Amino acid sequence: MNNFKIILNGIVKENPTFVLLLGMCPTLGTTSSAINGMSMGLATMFVLILSNLIISLIKNLIPDMVRIPSYIVVIASLVTILQMVMQAYVPDIYATLGLFIPLIVVNCIILGRAESFAAKNNPLASICDGIGIGIGFTLALTLLGAVREFLGTGAVFGFTLQGENYGMLLFVLAPGAFIALGYLIAIVNKMRAQ
Amino acid sequence: MKKLKSSLINMVVVLTLITVVAGAALAYVNYATSAQIEKIKAENLAKGIKQVMGVDLNADFQYTTQEVGDYTFYQSDLGTAIQSTTNGFGGALKVLVGFDNEGTVLGYTILEHAETPGLGAKASDWFQKGQKGDITGKNPATTKFTVSKDGGDIDAITASTITSRAFLLAVQNAYEELNKQKNPDGTSGATQQQ
Repeated sequence: MNNFKIILNGIVKENPTFVLLLGMCPTLGTTSSAINGMSMGLATMFVLILSNLIISLIKNLIPDMVRIPSYIVVIASLVTILQMVMQAYVPDIYATLGLFIPLIVVNCIILGRAESFAAKNNPLASICDGIGIGIGFTLALTLLGAVREFLGTGAVFGFTLQGENYGMLLFVLAPGAFIALGYLIAIVNKMRAQ
Repeated sequence: MKKLKSSLINMVVVLTLITVVAGAALAYVNYATSAQIEKIKAENLAKGIKQVMGVDLNADFQYTTQEVGDYTFYQSDLGTAIQSTTNGFGGALKVLVGFDNEGTVLGYTILEHAETPGLGAKASDWFQKGQKGDITGKNPATTKFTVSKDGGDIDAITASTITSRAFLLAVQNAYEELNKQKNPDGTSGATQQQ
């Protein structure tokens, strides 16, 4: 499998949100608007690429029986470093995203990819997998956020497309996340089947 | 390189090594970023205080800081900015509100919140000067700082009564705390003025 195929695989065939159904907690929790969804996706992608790289580099040093705690330590350290660096140098982005950053540690996509891909492949392929899965996750979260924001407030990325009084509040709240995600998965499955 | 066996020695050594390296990396990043993070926090607070006191953001502004229980007072010639925290819809709602020397609200800013985007999060704008729930220029001694649904004088954010209540309670609490400071014998400023 060449590296380009690995990237495409993460976006379409193994899309973490629509196909693998991994990482549902941040997916449902952070997609109340398109920009929130996209920010969460990008932050996750950053950690995913780095954790895939590091884990594929040290995979032979880690005995099988302690691999999960080792991976978690690597991932948690990366997330904490990301959080501190963002807080210090891009405080504006941190102000919108800050709440979601610690959630990345428990995002099972990252541990899942470390376990199922990075631990078995070379560093370059692992980076490509991180990019692919990261883009797939970001696209899915942005799409879900845009749908919810549009139905809920009549705006997309903060630009009002219709009067905000026409919005269905339900879609900004938690139940709307489940409903919108359910329909999006149905649409994606239908498209994939054809 | 061959994968290490899961012997007890290997596991202990590898886990220790990984945690030590991770710990060292975190300590270094924390050391490198903490000064910058503190600086940004202090800048944001200073900016917030100027904003709620209606002072030009570039102007020099002197104030003294005093902590009273859960509240922080920023005393200046123009009046007092008070940091007050209540429970909003999604978690702690930290408000910085500026009063002039008569107790009239000069302005406010929300320092921290976890309200629903598109609903309660509108509190950052809703109560500002010229907006629907304008609280500036009003004095809690003469204006009832509760939502109109509860018999008060302030319009609540549409569909976010809980956030509005929490916000107004934070302002009201700050005002009462301010009066306690001015009249330590316990009589409130509101009764004296009537």
